[in-house]
Amino acid sequence: MSKTIFPPSIKSRPVYATLEPRPGNAHVVIADGEGAEALADLLAKAPDRAAMLAQMHILYAPGPTGTDQWAAVQTLGAAQSYRAPTIAAMLPRLTKVVSEAHMGTQFYLTGTEGLIGQAEREIMMTGLPFAAIQKEHRGSTLRRVQCVHCKGITENVALDPFVCSHCGLSLYVRDHYSRRIAAFQGVNIDAEDPGLVPAAVERFK
Amino acid sequence: MSLDFKPELGDFFKDETFRDDFTFKNSPAAIARFPFPFDRDDYMYSVNMEPHISGRPGSVFEKTFDVDEHYVSEMIDRAKVLAEDPLRCQSLPHMTLAGWDLLELIMDSNARDYPQWFSLHKNGNQWHWINRPLGIDHKFTFLDESTLPYGPMEYITRQTQGDFSLQDERDGNLWMDAGMITTQADWSLDFDVGMNFMEWHAPVPLAHEKQVFDRALKFLLKLQNGSPVRRFNWTMTVNPLLDTAPETYPKWGPTKASLTQDNLGSKQHLRVELQALFRLPRSNAIAFSIRAYLGKFEELVTMPKWGRRLHRVLRDIHPDIAAYKGFARNQPAMVEWLAKYDDGKPTSPGWWPTPE
Ligand code: HEM
Repeated sequence: MSKTIFPPSIKSRPVYATLEPRPGNAHVVIADGEGAEALADLLAKAPDRAAMLAQMHILYAPGPTGTDQWAAVQTLGAAQSYRAPTIAAMLPRLTKVVSEAHMGTQFYLTGTEGLIGQAEREIMMTGLPFAAIQKEHRGSTLRRVQCVHCKGITENVALDPFVCSHCGLSLYVRDHYSRRIAAFQGVNIDAEDPGLVPAAVERFK
Repeated sequence: MSLDFKPELGDFFKDETFRDDFTFKNSPAAIARFPFPFDRDDYMYSVNMEPHISGRPGSVFEKTFDVDEHYVSEMIDRAKVLAEDPLRCQSLPHMTLAGWDLLELIMDSNARDYPQWFSLHKNGNQWHWINRPLGIDHKFTFLDESTLPYGPMEYITRQTQGDFSLQDERDGNLWMDAGMITTQADWSLDFDVGMNFMEWHAPVPLAHEKQVFDRALKFLLKLQNGSPVRRFNWTMTVNPLLDTAPETYPKWGPTKASLTQDNLGSKQHLRVELQALFRLPRSNAIAFSIRAYLGKFEELVTMPKWGRRLHRVLRDIHPDIAAYKGFARNQPAMVEWLAKYDDGKPTSPGWWPTPE
């Protein structure tokens, strides 16, 4: 499956490329859902697949729409492979792995924007160079959205507008994106005309 | 809410509100010095920067930081905003030194420009700061945070009109890593903190395509300490509400639907931001001050040139700019109201009210 094509957007909206094997003394792969396919493609391009796998730590979670390719990931034979039931459950281990990474560690983030954004945030907080992070989007385009009013984050948003899972306001989904929060911004759609909420459209799948 | 200062209004500073009963208005003297931002009859985004040097006596350009009749009431309003939402002031850990730089810049400037209101005595790092309008008399140790009740940026910007953000320079870009933002035109510091120049400007229409931001950033990276620059920005606000934050949009959004031809002159405000940029000496960060001035339509049209010009600018504005600034729904009503003040005569170049 090819990488996701997003329509042109504003400059805070993240962009993604294709994972390429890079020389390094450790390879940390953080993936969810269809990201497993990008990982397979990455390994297929590796000059020395066995050497790369011998230095690889994979953290994997099923995708938000249920895609679970753990069986395939597990059989790749990386030095360490770990399956978390959800991204939230993965985070404590991710934080530890990232905090112990050193110069020369290559990060490969692939799968949904929620997974990529949260992993990137953890890596950024360590001060490791951006250049060591690659990101490839695969699979679901469901969005992680922060309500600008109550600050609560709603995961896996498909509809626009949607109802904030914390404060209950109807929010429209902007393309404005914060890497620090790892989320898009949601803004009350009927603030000026309370009660006038247009029908929701399924914008993200 | 408890204030940590004891305001002294004297006979210059006004007792007024920017919320609830909205008693804010401009005196005739404040109208005469209002920073009307249009130097011609039309408007488009551009790289509009000029040296921030002392301008006409009495104008908002005269002093480094303009202190006007609204000072004390604006500081009370800021304290209320912060009590309701402390996230309006944030500073990432590496920005403390830039905060000290800003504190020094403001204290030095205001003690020099307004000796009747502010004094600063320095004995090495032992500093004594007096702010008479706010009733503050404070001895502290410069660069020692434990001697201030807040971080240095928060301490000084609770005493300074206008919003401030502090930009760290890294990787050939500017990063908004700190700010005191309580009088913003509908953008969120909490969401934008940590972004770079292109990211926080992402929502602005048209200007990216016109290379405005590429050129502005290139210019700013060369900004030198001691040679600040300034520019104008503007938008529209219903009621004299300084704090038009996205956070509270559900509270103030409905007021946009409250305009009539009868109340528009007093309710609709032109909101002008006089923005200045300063390179800071120790941190090499860039301080950005965003000073908001509110002018009621009925106040502005007392200057015939401004009435004519505002009518033409709003009538002909690019629809994407009207939409972005959030006044598209009221544009026809504003243009209708202002048309009475446009007799079709030519206007003189420049923003001063005279010659017409
Ligand atoms: C480094 C200091 C600066 C900071 C912190 C800053 C910050 C901002 C922010 C937060 C916005 C609102 C974006 C949104 O809608 O979310 C904005 C808008 C804008 N900025 Fe800046 N800015 C800076 C410098 C400049 C400069 C030097 C220019 C010069 C061309 C500029 C031009 C603009 C324009 C044209 C807009 C749209 C304003 C409107 O139509 O209301 N900015 N800026």
